[in-house]
Amino acid sequence: MARYGPNEHDVLIVGGGGAGLRAAIAVAETNPELSIAVVSKVYPMRSHTVSAEGGSAAVIKDNDSFDDHAYDTISGGDWLCDQDAVEAFVKEAPKELLQLEHWGCPWSREEDGSIAVRSFGGMTNKRTWFAADKTGFHLLHTMFQTTMKYDPIQRYDEYYVTRLLVDNGRCQGVVAIELATGKIEAIAARSVIMCTGGCGRIFPFTTNGNIKTGDGMAFAYREGVPLKDMEFVQYHPTGLPFTGILITEAARAEGGHLLNKDGYRYLQDYDLGEPKPEPIHRSMELGPRDRLSQAFEKEEEKGRTIEGPYGSYIHLDIQHLGEEIIDRKLPFVRELCLKYENIDPVKEMIPVRPVVHYMMGGIDTDIHGATKLDGLYAAGETACVSINGANRLGSNSLTELLVFGARAGQAAAEFASEQKPFSSALEALATDESRRIEKGFFSENGSNPESIASIRQEMYQAMEKGVGIYRSEDSLERSQEKIQELQERLMNVSIEDHSYTFNTELVAALELSNMLDISEAIIQSALQRTESRGSHQRVNYPDRDDEHFLAHSMAYKSEVGPPKIEYQPVTITRWPPGERVYGH
Amino acid sequence: METTITLEVQRYLPEKDTEPYFQEYKVPLRKKWVVLDALNYIKDNIDGTLSYRWSCRMGVCGSCGMMVNDKPVLTCATFLEECLPGPIRVAPLSYFDVIRDLVVNTDGFMDKLKRVKPWLITDQVKPVPEGEYRQTPEQKAEYDQYSMCINCMLCYAACPVAGLEPEFVGPAAIALAQRYNYDSRDEGRKQRNEELLGEGGIYSCTLVGECSEVCPKAVDPAGAIQRYKVSGAAEWWKSVVVPWGDT
Ligand SMILES: Cc1cc2nc3c(=O)[nH]c(=O)nc-3n(C[C@H](O)[C@H](O)[C@H](O)COP(=O)(O)OP(=O)(O)OC[C@H]3O[C@@H](n4cnc5c(N)ncnc54)[C@H](O)[C@@H]3O)c2cc1C
Ligand code: SF4
Ligand code: FES
Repeated sequence: MARYGPNEHDVLIVGGGGAGLRAAIAVAETNPELSIAVVSKVYPMRSHTVSAEGGSAAVIKDNDSFDDHAYDTISGGDWLCDQDAVEAFVKEAPKELLQLEHWGCPWSREEDGSIAVRSFGGMTNKRTWFAADKTGFHLLHTMFQTTMKYDPIQRYDEYYVTRLLVDNGRCQGVVAIELATGKIEAIAARSVIMCTGGCGRIFPFTTNGNIKTGDGMAFAYREGVPLKDMEFVQYHPTGLPFTGILITEAARAEGGHLLNKDGYRYLQDYDLGEPKPEPIHRSMELGPRDRLSQAFEKEEEKGRTIEGPYGSYIHLDIQHLGEEIIDRKLPFVRELCLKYENIDPVKEMIPVRPVVHYMMGGIDTDIHGATKLDGLYAAGETACVSINGANRLGSNSLTELLVFGARAGQAAAEFASEQKPFSSALEALATDESRRIEKGFFSENGSNPESIASIRQEMYQAMEKGVGIYRSEDSLERSQEKIQELQERLMNVSIEDHSYTFNTELVAALELSNMLDISEAIIQSALQRTESRGSHQRVNYPDRDDEHFLAHSMAYKSEVGPPKIEYQPVTITRWPPGERVYGH
Repeated sequence: METTITLEVQRYLPEKDTEPYFQEYKVPLRKKWVVLDALNYIKDNIDGTLSYRWSCRMGVCGSCGMMVNDKPVLTCATFLEECLPGPIRVAPLSYFDVIRDLVVNTDGFMDKLKRVKPWLITDQVKPVPEGEYRQTPEQKAEYDQYSMCINCMLCYAACPVAGLEPEFVGPAAIALAQRYNYDSRDEGRKQRNEELLGEGGIYSCTLVGECSEVCPKAVDPAGAIQRYKVSGAAEWWKSVVVPWGDT
């Protein structure tokens, strides 16, 4: 049996965000004998979970029920959610959030000291737990600090994973670059969990941080694991123009209004209910994100948005909430507006426009986080179980990280406990990979003066034009061709930086190749889904078509050209497909 | 023609350079651009070899701290227009070892966080089905401020003691200890005292106060240290006078 010395673990987790850290703790608690590696391209507390603002959903109050949470999630997802997964999700959600409370998460409280909950878009009841409007920040730091007390968890901070080690049909680790030294090495493991987050960075205007480049999706995809439901890209209705910084849905949940250029609450014109001064669940500003972002586009077409230097926008008005509530419940909104827009939301309206926010799709997994590749698991935004269907409800994602992070951790721990031997080929695979990187990016063939930045810029344009809120066959096809061209051009780029020390240009090049692969999967899945469902709106196919498309798209990588798309049925348990009704 | 501004950026590549040096770059002076946008402009358009860390661009991930005109700041929260007329000097955080260009070695800082046992310590484990610990808004307010630290390390780059005394656990780590010490759910203060009342603990602090000045999240680590000293002295006194008293 080949051994890999210190670089050998039982369970290896790629990613130190919410999903990765929850998975790591779950492994440690499932079997304390196992050695656990958390490999992350940034220090865990820098992961993008840190930026989540509004909250995390779980039924906790007496007037609420699991069935309500499940129904909201399923109708919010336009019936593309797997209902067995949703049922497990809503049931395990409260336990996970309580566990986090016991680890010290500073959840906001009621006067009597119990957990406070707030309303959120598309939810029937108040069930979103929050830590002011820095929920992700507190969740991530609490978990990161908690992991420090588990000795079996060994961190590989600032290691950039470049591929999976797969031999004999089984995933047995990863190849990674230690950024500080440039050393490329194999890290072997009996099971691997991908917790690498989303890929908002394939778009130019996004709430996602620089690290959200979909690496894990690309690695799994290249090993033949299908990417599921990739056409479903969430646009959040309220981002700050220019920066794309998110203004949380909690601002509307607390009572904020969306106003067009005439100061009119235009959502009433889009079948989202009647305007009332107080927020009403599943109505108006508390409708689901897909419908709100689509309403913005229509409003723009009618010329009722405001023109600005960074695209048209509308106003989010929270002045009537008053300074006290804003400071207590939305302090980060105020801080961000003051800092980045020079606007005080206590006395001014906030300019906002839809912004790419979240990927409903991802690595196909079952309800335990297992993929079709033995030994490979996935959880968090990078995975698609699917509880989010065609449109995720706000505040379900943080909970998903915990519920399915824990499930994947347990499953991967059990798999690793079987102690299957490693293949002897791993070292050779790692050597090949190191050669590929050297040859691919460091060679001085120099004939191509192109920069990473210019290819990335063209990718942005192709994605924004082709895969926006409304999509046409024509624009999708053109974007597909463009992406293919860019993939070829990237093969011939040689980067300027040939150093082994903290080479961020090399990382950017590798990330770009991942983003291009994912882009092709998104576009092809979107092209073939000739219906409109949730966040996926096709201009010539405005209706939902359950007869043909009550199914998950599964994108399989091809040797050349766009991926092959297959379909997998949606699991329906108790909620047969129905009409999505909001505002009534 | 667009107006420009000059950045003088500290460069250092260990394979090549014996000493760090400054390199000048001209970048467009755009409204709404932060220093980080200017660095990204350089990396994308002028010099792909410049290395630095960043991610969120919204002041919450804590990656992008650097010295800008000799002050430790988050480069994603410092506007070019605040630094007029230029040139703007951008250097890695003071007192840290430089790995390359603007990237510093943070291993020591990470170890310090762990030293203060930053997790909830309780005598007994409360089973999850028993529900939440009750904590009123007033109780939460006791530690709220200390829980806002984004680990950006600006306070370490401002603290002369941390600079001279590598063992000093430093401002953010002490604030983090206090974040748990003042949490009504926690019972770990005694364990943390072992680390914090000893060598390299709170008594190394000479009350310079710069840490709170530069903190972008109003954590007030200086206040946290002061508060510790007051309570820490009391505990020390108690253990000397009545050694059996503190059970
Ligand atoms: C601004 C914003 C606000 C949000 N607000 C909410 C909210 O209020 N409620 C809610 O439910 N959801 C919210 N979301 C969504 C939610 O925050 C994310 O979906 C979730 O945090 C993703 O967590 P994750 O653990 O899957 O990934 P991340 O936190 O993104 O972590 C990914 C990890 O993978 C690592 N990684 C990636 N690639 C590699 C590689 N090649 N090698 C090594 N490591 C790698 C990274 O270093 C990182 O540690 C928000 C999202 C954004 C952007
Ligand atoms: S205390 Fe303030 S300056 Fe120091 S690391 Fe924390 S946030 Fe940064
Ligand atoms: S980039 Fe995250 S704090 Fe500046």
